[in-house]
This record gives sequence, structure tokens and C-alpha cells, in this order.
Amino acid sequence: MTVLSQTLAVAAKDARIEWRGRARTAAILGFAGTVLLLFSFAAAADTKTLTTHAAGYFWLALLLGSVLSLADAFRIETEDDALDGLLLLPVDPRAIFLGKALARTGALTVLALMLMPIAAVLYNVGVDGSWLQLAAFIVLGVAGLAAPGTLYSAMTSQVRGREVLLPLLLFPLVVPVVLAVVKGSGLALAGDPMGQASSWLGVLAVFDLVYWSVCPLVFSAVVER
Amino acid sequence: MTGAAPMVVANNLGRRYGDRWAVSGVNVRLAPGRSLLLAGHNGAGKTTLLRLLAGLLRPSCGEVLRAGPVGMVGHRGGHWLDLSARETLRFDARLLGRPLDLVGAEALLVRFGLGDRGNGPVGDFSAGMRKRLALARLVLQDPAIVLLDEPYGELDADGSALVDVVVKDLLVRGKSLVMSTHLFDRAAHLLHHGLVLDHGRMAWVGPAAEVPAALGQVKAA
Repeated sequence: MTVLSQTLAVAAKDARIEWRGRARTAAILGFAGTVLLLFSFAAAADTKTLTTHAAGYFWLALLLGSVLSLADAFRIETEDDALDGLLLLPVDPRAIFLGKALARTGALTVLALMLMPIAAVLYNVGVDGSWLQLAAFIVLGVAGLAAPGTLYSAMTSQVRGREVLLPLLLFPLVVPVVLAVVKGSGLALAGDPMGQASSWLGVLAVFDLVYWSVCPLVFSAVVER
Repeated sequence: MTGAAPMVVANNLGRRYGDRWAVSGVNVRLAPGRSLLLAGHNGAGKTTLLRLLAGLLRPSCGEVLRAGPVGMVGHRGGHWLDLSARETLRFDARLLGRPLDLVGAEALLVRFGLGDRGNGPVGDFSAGMRKRLALARLVLQDPAIVLLDEPYGELDADGSALVDVVVKDLLVRGKSLVMSTHLFDRAAHLLHHGLVLDHGRMAWVGPAAEVPAALGQVKAA
């Protein structure tokens, strides 16, 4: 079996488990939606501020929600020691990582798509720029959270205080991703007359390339105890 | 422990947690078709040794050499609780490169007494049913080296008899097997060699049938 087919098998398994646990996904959506609501209260009746910073609020809510989703990546592997059996099967550790990160990218993309209409209503914002660019920023932004998030989820899954450790490790690492995706998706929403969005897309693509190349290589060292 | 061309060899194996050595100075050598009964009191280091032999733990000293794939049934089921038993078997089979159709999965489930629960989530299974599924997955994997950590735990009489059948079958087919259990009398009839661990160290080595007496001596000492 190739690394690709093993990756797809692991991703399909995780996607199936995610679907079975959709009540938890709904709870994560509720949490992230509440964060969006709290930002609208924080800005009080200043609709201009809300509209101007809508992309930032949206990505911060998604980032906070993503921590809960990313923690699930290895919770499902450790709650009954399933990871041990998986590591003993003839599977390339890179495929385990890539499959799980791929499934997490899918789950976070769905979360982002469900948060979008909530943000649009709360912040009174529409897409005056490019839908295509917005879609690209969402996919690349979510992928930029999923790869390091999955690695740190593996790293913290067996330690005490993992609920605190995961965001503590993840947030500093994804600052460049959040910066690029907030700036870029803001341009995709408001319009991009100066053509700056493509450079932010390039920055995001480079970070994604680095994370998705390096994380699978260090994964086996992370799960070895 | 015996014979040439061993399937698994452990040389001066040790594992330390902080200042405490959970396993220290253990040597194992197991040929195809041979088996080892691992005995010792609670906390003697049996599970740690099995995990070291499996490669799931990194040794603090010594080395483990394996001449084939390892399969292990641990204390816990080792399952994904939101998948069904049938999905679990088919996932394993896919990764093993031996796709399992619905009929094949059904046959395996029936053999292990799970025929009527194949579609339900494993999270709803009792501990004994999870152990049965773990045994079914082990048989599907068909590894060269088999490690069993308290395989009789949580099983009823039928389930325990199933373990005996599986163990005999694996040994006939030339697998190397290490079993940790407190049911010495039962396991002694099935296995060849015995090793008693005490505080992580090898306290006694001999025929499996003599393990109960040896364990009593270790306790007295």
C-alpha cells in the first residue's frame, strides 16, 4: 500500500468518526458562534468597526473553535489506546499524520463554512471582492491551522493539562497564518483594487508548504514514547 | 529462550521512569512456534516489558530485535469507540493490504461471538466484547510475533476458551508468542517457557508449567 492510499484510509476513518460525533461538532460550532457574538457586543453599536474588522473576528473565533476540534484528533486515538494498534500495523507514520491532518482540515473547513453566515449577519458584511479568493484563503488558512494543530494534538494527547498546553503551543506558531489569512480574507471581502491579496495567498501557501512538509517527518518521533 | 533463528530477541532490556527502573536487565530469545509465559506480581513490569518488545516504548537501555511484524492485545481494547466492529476490521484489513469484504468480516465476527453486534459502535461494547474484537483483529493481522497482555481479563468462560484456541492455533502456525497473565494454571498448559519478573528484574526462568511454584518462591523471598 502506498503512503497516499494509507493516508486516504486514515482520513476516511477519521472523517467517519467525526460524522458519528457530530453532536460534539455542533457544540464546537455553538462555542465559536458565541465568540462571534461576544465580539459584536464588545464593539457595542459601532457597526463600522464590526464590518471593518469582520475578517479578524471571524478568524479568531475559528482559531478558538479549532483548538477543541484539533484536540479531538488524538483524543479518539488515546481514549481506548487505539493508537498502539495503529502504530503496530504496517502503516507509514507519515500517512497516519497526513490522514489525520487531512480529516482535520475537512472538519475545520466545514466549521468555517458554518460560521460564515453567522458572521455575515452579526457584522453586516458581504463579499464585495472575490468569492474565489475568499475560498482560497479559507482552505489555505484552515490547512495552516490543521497541520501544526494535529502535530501538537499528538504531542499533548498523553500529558496532563493538555487542554491548556495545546493552545499555548499552537497559537504562537500560527501567528503568521492568522496574520496572512486575516489580511487576505479582509481584502477578499472588501475588494482588492491594489491586487494585494495574491501576495498574502503566497505567504499562506509558503507556510502551509513548510508545515505540511515538516510535521509528517517529526510525527514518528512525537508518538514514540 | 530456545532454538535458532529467533523471531524476537531482547538484550539487557531496560526502561526507566524518572529514577525508577520499571524493567531492568531482561533478556528474551524466542524462536518461531515457541511461547513465553510472563508472570509477576502487580507492578512487576510485565506490561512495560510487553510494550518494549512491541516497540511501543523506547528502551532506556538494551535493544529489541524483531524478525517480523508484531501484533498485540493490550489491557484496553485498543479500538476507535465511534466505529463499528465491522468497520474496524475492514479498516485494519485495508491498511494490511488485504481488503476484507462484508462476508469475510462477518465470518470473523461470528467466530469471535460478535456476529449480532457487528454494526453497533464499539463504544457500546462491554469490556469482554472489546477483548473479543481485539482478538479478532489480531487474527486478521496474522503477525509473526504475538504479545498478549492479560488476554483472559474481562472474558467469560466461552471467551477464555476462545483465547486458548487462538493461542494454540498461532503456535501451530509458527508464531512466537509472549503472554502475561495471572491465570498461570490455564496458560501453563498452553505455553512453553516461563519468566517471572520481580521489581522489573528477571527473578526466575524455566518451564511454563513451573511458573506457579516459582512465583510463590519469589514472593516468599
